[in-house]
Amino acid sequence: MLSDWTLWLEWFIKSLVVIFALLGGFAYLTWYERRALARIQSRIGPNRAGPFGLLQPIADAVKLIFKEELTPGKADRIIFFWAPVVTLVPSIIIAAVIPWGTKFTAFGREITLYLADINVGVIYLMSIASIAVYGIVLAGWSSNNKYAMLGGLRSSAQMISYELALGLSFVTAIILANSMSLLDIVNVQRAVPLQIGNFTIPFPGWFVFVQPVGAVIFWIATLAEVNRAPFDMPEAEQELTAGYHSEYSGMKFALFFMAEYQKMIVICAIAATLYFGGFLGPFVDKYPLLGPLYLLIKVVALLFGMIWVRATWPRIRYDRLMSFGWKVMLPLSLAITFITAMGIVLADVFHNQLYYWAIPFVSVLIGLFTVVMIYRELRRKAYERA
Amino acid sequence: MSALDPVVELVRGLWTTLKMMAEKPVTYQYPEQKREVRPRFRGRHVLKRYENGLEKCIGCSLCAAACPADAIFVEAAENTDERRFSPGERYASTYEINMLRCIYCGYCEDACPTEAIVLGDNYELSFFDRRSAIYDKAMLLEPVPSPEMLTPQKVEPGKYDRRSVPEMKDPQD
Repeated sequence: MLSDWTLWLEWFIKSLVVIFALLGGFAYLTWYERRALARIQSRIGPNRAGPFGLLQPIADAVKLIFKEELTPGKADRIIFFWAPVVTLVPSIIIAAVIPWGTKFTAFGREITLYLADINVGVIYLMSIASIAVYGIVLAGWSSNNKYAMLGGLRSSAQMISYELALGLSFVTAIILANSMSLLDIVNVQRAVPLQIGNFTIPFPGWFVFVQPVGAVIFWIATLAEVNRAPFDMPEAEQELTAGYHSEYSGMKFALFFMAEYQKMIVICAIAATLYFGGFLGPFVDKYPLLGPLYLLIKVVALLFGMIWVRATWPRIRYDRLMSFGWKVMLPLSLAITFITAMGIVLADVFHNQLYYWAIPFVSVLIGLFTVVMIYRELRRKAYERA
Repeated sequence: MSALDPVVELVRGLWTTLKMMAEKPVTYQYPEQKREVRPRFRGRHVLKRYENGLEKCIGCSLCAAACPADAIFVEAAENTDERRFSPGERYASTYEINMLRCIYCGYCEDACPTEAIVLGDNYELSFFDRRSAIYDKAMLLEPVPSPEMLTPQKVEPGKYDRRSVPEMKDPQD
């Protein structure tokens, strides 16, 4: 089968599509972010280069290519050179397992709308996502700059703290879908017919409805994973003069920038896949090519969420980031995983779907309990200070 | 204060920023759409003239003395009735402002005894080399409506001989 050259061609073309989608997506995500942030701040944003400023990313790229590249005198040159690459590559290859559709028939053959449906897709995601932080740490270390190094260290500490919560919210999705393949996870989230009176309406079976708190934890942990506001401590301009990429300029800096934005896109695609039904949407079974479109819409909506959060919330203090990660996110995600597993097991043992549908309510209760506990802790601290 | 405050406050913040998206942007599309400057805006300097075209500047160098950035250079010369630039004895034969040094503080305006130098409305002062940063008298002088009002003028003798300091008014705006 592997001698079939058309199969190789198909894979090659699909890989190119993924890579170029991410590169183009990166370019236009910068535009999208700047426009959205500007609107939130009562400005217009880039609108000069081309219609609606759509050529702005090209102008930026040209500027970055022609900028001088500096290497600090006492930098570790080899690591300094490879760190941006180590950061960028995982952010692209992580997209390989995300399904953007089912399959359709063209040129007399069945073409699947995903690059690789590996049965350990979620583990692949986790491992690749953690590799990206090596690039950041190495960049901070090799720059021979204390601010860059602090940025890199903060990044690794943050990654370790939030990866646990992220992993557990992955586990929640795995338990709900009973599979680690992302394609299966999406397929489980198909619409469930909901009987209200005489009407049967297809209610989306997205995991965000089954496990809303898990989705929130996932969202917070991804913000920390991709170093986005309010968890952008590793690149805090005010404290660390831009953190780990202080010493980078020109295209090397552009690679870090690219990696960060591609990670944003990919992590939003993963969030859409795990909790928001991936490529599922109306009529997607009849017209499989609608799948990528639905995924795109969901990704754009989630990206807007990231930008919105960045425009709203100030950067969290570092010790609070750590204590939030270890004292709130980790126990809460453990509890959520436990509730999900119990709900499914009980529904299975007693053959009663009621247990399954109790999961969201119990989870929200636990979430509210957590909020109340945070409130009490904050009150206690305020009392102690006074 | 309620126990759900940690979440409520976060959501209120989000709602505030979302509301801002519906507001009209305050941006001016600058090169096409220019904003009116304020009455006391301090832009590029202008050397004023009297109604008959004579220059107000008498070359006293008080502006140069008042200038904290040492941007102004004035050289004075004698007026004659054959070649009269300004009322009184002397006029500025050289008047140069180095726009790289000028900080637009307006002290020259305050120091001027004849209200000759005024900071105008023009703020589009970009240039490409240091040489063109120096604005000379020809660039700074106010244009005249008709060519016979250009200086130097030939005037009837004795009319502008006195030291002519105009009546100074308080600023209007």
